[in-house]
Amino acid sequence: MVQGLLKDGIVAGRLAPEQYAENFSDLHPPLTHHEAIVEADRCYFCYDAPCMTACPTSIDIPLFIREIVTDNPLGAAETIFEQNILGGMCARVCPTEQLCEEACVREAAEGKPVKIGQLQRYATDVAMQKDVQFFERGAETGKQVAIVGAGPAGLACAHRLSMHGHTVTVFDARPKAGGLNEYGIASYKSTDDFAQAEVDYVTAIGGIDIQTGKALGKDFSLADLTEKYDAVFLGMGLGGVNALRAEGENAVGVDDAINFIADLRQASDLSSLPIGRRVVVIGGGMTAVDAAVQSKLLGAEQVTMVYRRGKAQMNASEFEQDLAAAKGVTIRHWLAPKRVLTTDGRVSGLELSYMALDEAGALKATGETTTIACDQIFKAIGQTLSSDGDGVELAGGKIAVDAEGRTSLAKVWAGGDCATGGDDLTVTAVAEGRDAAESINRFLSGH
Amino acid sequence: MADIRNNFVGIKSPNPFWLASAPPTDKAYNVERAFKAGWGGVVWKTLGEEGPPVVNVNGPRYGAIWGADRRLLGFNNIELITDRSLQINLQEMKQVKMNWPDRAVVASIMVPCEEEAWKAILPLVEETGVDGIELNFGCPHGMSERGMGAAVGQVPEYVEMVVRWCKQYSRMPVITKLTPNVTDVRRPARAAKNGGTDAVSLINTINSITAVNLDTFSPEPSIDGRGSHGGYCGPAAKPIALHMVAEIARDPETYGLPISGIGGVTTWRDAAEFMALGAGNVQVCTAAMVYGFKIVEEMISGLSNWMDEKGHKTLDDFAGRAVRNVSDWQYLNLNYVAKAKINQDLCISCGRCHIACEDTSHQAITKEKDGKRHFEVMNDECVGCNLCVNVCPVEDCITMEALAPGMLDERTGKIVSGEYANWTTHPNNPAAKVVEPAE
Repeated sequence: MVQGLLKDGIVAGRLAPEQYAENFSDLHPPLTHHEAIVEADRCYFCYDAPCMTACPTSIDIPLFIREIVTDNPLGAAETIFEQNILGGMCARVCPTEQLCEEACVREAAEGKPVKIGQLQRYATDVAMQKDVQFFERGAETGKQVAIVGAGPAGLACAHRLSMHGHTVTVFDARPKAGGLNEYGIASYKSTDDFAQAEVDYVTAIGGIDIQTGKALGKDFSLADLTEKYDAVFLGMGLGGVNALRAEGENAVGVDDAINFIADLRQASDLSSLPIGRRVVVIGGGMTAVDAAVQSKLLGAEQVTMVYRRGKAQMNASEFEQDLAAAKGVTIRHWLAPKRVLTTDGRVSGLELSYMALDEAGALKATGETTTIACDQIFKAIGQTLSSDGDGVELAGGKIAVDAEGRTSLAKVWAGGDCATGGDDLTVTAVAEGRDAAESINRFLSGH
Repeated sequence: MADIRNNFVGIKSPNPFWLASAPPTDKAYNVERAFKAGWGGVVWKTLGEEGPPVVNVNGPRYGAIWGADRRLLGFNNIELITDRSLQINLQEMKQVKMNWPDRAVVASIMVPCEEEAWKAILPLVEETGVDGIELNFGCPHGMSERGMGAAVGQVPEYVEMVVRWCKQYSRMPVITKLTPNVTDVRRPARAAKNGGTDAVSLINTINSITAVNLDTFSPEPSIDGRGSHGGYCGPAAKPIALHMVAEIARDPETYGLPISGIGGVTTWRDAAEFMALGAGNVQVCTAAMVYGFKIVEEMISGLSNWMDEKGHKTLDDFAGRAVRNVSDWQYLNLNYVAKAKINQDLCISCGRCHIACEDTSHQAITKEKDGKRHFEVMNDECVGCNLCVNVCPVEDCITMEALAPGMLDERTGKIVSGEYANWTTHPNNPAAKVVEPAE
């Protein structure tokens, strides 16, 4: 056993150097050509396919799978990218078991859906590795569009606008483009710097200028943009993190899961990343699972996810929950943080209240408590808009938009996690960015 | 336990599964292995006349087509008859027959279409003690260019003539192997019978090109950039073979002529189907070449279990039982009405039945009900064509249900009649023999 494993506190280098590479390798190694053909052959080419209906970007899944079977992976990639230019990342991070693969008729038939996500990755990998571009920039319209946020929504919007011939400037507060694809997703889902490769692939169409390190509300205001540009798309995601509202949450060792995930993605040497011996992750979503699993992979001895409701209410998919369990994460339900226990200003434990639903169905503390000893606590209890909206109307803490992504302000559209509507998923953000671009284009061309 | 011993034109074998004349039966080594594995008999790979042996190509001899999982569906070859010397083959056949007296060993022969050639080889073969001979009138490639194989089998007069020579110069049972590369397989079969053959075996392989290489534009299998048509066989060929066997089995002129069924036999079920259509036994090649000799264990076990289940004590109990049900179209009962029925509990809602019917057939399957995905047969549109059954990926989910006499056919608005009536008496048939109503 490596000595670092049992060290108390938050320390780096818990594992042997080679162990890091193994732990953070590709979660789903890509399908080989033969595996892809055999898997693709399982597709029934359904009429009005349920998988396609379940896909937020409405990719023609039966068609692209049939193109794989007939040894036409480029045709398959084009079919995918027509609907979803970030089809490569979606193939890696989509909770397919809740979307296309849940709807697959072979799930109904035998509990084993066609591996649509992996097939999508196979086809998109072929095209991206060969750097085949399927779309051309439209004839210049002279119209200028500003996009805030170079995440999935912003990139999808930018690409579609460029196809229509508009000139796009994308501002992003972070040093790199990609948004949550670059900063917010577990490393083992996006290996080999895929997020940046995808940014390059998407922007290769031309007419898209990405300016990083430029934040809304700091470097420019929304009014600046509406004045200078013909249209604006807001896709900056949720920059703020919800407060725990538990005593002691400012102690050393209480961190935001989203920052931990970002640091991990940006680290050049994983052995330099400190992690607690005993870690508690608060939350029940994908971010909580990503943080919990990666804590374990960095060498934490005990990792516990606590969620205030039951298994059925968790936002993390069944697959993600199973993945966490398989990696040795303990998931505990019906527990809400009450008090962070500290020793010398450092986290030493977390006191939790047992929760239950009362007769009216409201979540209530039962009065009983328990304590989990830990050195580190990650908060993954949801994110918030980091600004007050800068004059755009909000609804439920998000930018209110209509079905086309239009906000309350003229010339301003929004999509992705920062806007209302849809789940907070990469694929949903892509759909919203793409559809907003179509709406913007109709507006700019006077339709 | 069913008795699956086989007696085919007096040639006895412990089961009806023979290996066809082909690479698996090229030499003693293979045949001994086959007998150890349990095969009932072999037809030794075709012997040619004495002299320098034939030569084969030194590149690919086989081509194939596959399902997406690389399951071999169809197979072809451009291999010729044995390329070993006649003497070695004869010695080995003699030894093998001595070692395995309970198994059938049949010699396949192909020599030029001249009386002297046949007269010369027959005594040599007879001397080995093999159980019979099979005349290779089917090989469609290479040898046919030299006036042998299919070149003989395609000319009924030649078939009859050679069979006659063989009966004249040998006491061995003669099995005449027929080529499917003819427009009417009954003609060579009748000719063989007229010549005195004891049996026919069919089908030999079908002229084919399995694929074209789209980089080199060479047919496959490719020999230095060129290809030649080869003989097609394997599971994909079975329906063609079944039809030809049935045609001979029900032809009044050849009725009762023993048939050894060949063509895509892969499982016990295939064998049972050939035998039900009139074959006395079956010959297998492709399945053995794909999976090895062990598959005969499955065939023996499967056939026995099926026979036990159905109460067939011997092969004769079911042999030929389907022949009487093979009919010309004009005698099919036009008063029989069936409709497709979708079992909603088994349906997985893939919608293939709907789109197949909607795009290409009779617009008789719904796609939704109350705004939800739902597939159901509309009896007033369904003509009972069976397309939906064939495209449905779930076994037994869609079935064809016959309407009982007296029921209403919602499509035609007519009551289903219990009477048998066919095209020959149908009012739309200009040649119908109209029954005049009595005065």
